[in-house]
Amino acid sequence: MSTTTSVSEAAEHEVDESVHRHPSDTDYVKIALILAGITALEVATYFWKDIFGSTPSTLALVLTLFPMMILKFIIVVSYFMHLKYDNPLFKRVFVFGLVLAVCVYTIVFFAFEFFDDRFFRFLQRG
Amino acid sequence: MTDTAIHAPVIHHEPGHGHDTSTGLSNPKLAMWVFLGSDCLLFGGLISTYLLLRHRSVAGLGPSDVFDIPFTSVSSFVLLMSSLTMALAVAAIVRGDVHRNRIWLGTTALLGAVFIGGQAYEFTTFYREGLGYTTNIFGSAFYTLTGFHGVHVSVGIIMLLSLLVMSLKGNLGPERAEAVEIVGLYWHFVDIVWILIFTIVYLIP
Repeated sequence: MSTTTSVSEAAEHEVDESVHRHPSDTDYVKIALILAGITALEVATYFWKDIFGSTPSTLALVLTLFPMMILKFIIVVSYFMHLKYDNPLFKRVFVFGLVLAVCVYTIVFFAFEFFDDRFFRFLQRG
Repeated sequence: MTDTAIHAPVIHHEPGHGHDTSTGLSNPKLAMWVFLGSDCLLFGGLISTYLLLRHRSVAGLGPSDVFDIPFTSVSSFVLLMSSLTMALAVAAIVRGDVHRNRIWLGTTALLGAVFIGGQAYEFTTFYREGLGYTTNIFGSAFYTLTGFHGVHVSVGIIMLLSLLVMSLKGNLGPERAEAVEIVGLYWHFVDIVWILIFTIVYLIP
């Protein structure tokens, strides 16, 4: 019984913590500005040739754009969707679906021979 | 009886907490997260199909022939900012600020409508340039992926407008903040899906 009481108190404490740690309106605006900045950098890659004078390889674009895309994804999920502050069960449910999707479609890519010689030639193409 | 007293729900005005359920969490909110997790599989399938098929067309227009990156960038920015207004709407209703909640809900719906308008314009332009749904396999994959996303945004707009009407009728106070938060989760999900589509479909040639 003392165990159930302490579990209940711990849960209550966790809830109180999450209530107090939610971002303020100013924080949301700052997060949106960061997202807008990353988006501007992403769009800038479209003008790569004008900026650097040469056409980038697809591999260079992928290596530049994917980290920015993943960063934006994590920022929105963590702060706007409150997953950083919410109960861990919500995070587990969402991450399970996400990881399952990545695994399933990675298998699909291999099954359809997506990562063949043409794919690697495509990555090196300017 | 004592145990019931120990497990009695802790009432907070924070959405998603303090419900008398077996998990101690709000079931509607948990259901929305389960739905969003499953929707990852739907969009994962559509994005994968697009990636597998986009360069397999033997005739007709391809991605580099039709995409207008500056225009789509503006649309993306509009959808991104709608996530900010949605977050502000949730924060406002949690504080009990019904007036600001209405303003932010309306702004979010408006930004969503601008995005959908942009998508309708883009589809019309592509069609006039010669890329129909059945023109080639790229067209089919592209319209299916972005069309499904557009339907999600449209459903989100309907939900936002429903909340706005509820609020105007006086049925959306701080005690129902969780409803706004759940619609907010859906809206942010639609935004993160576009973050993926914008990079994978539009920016990587």
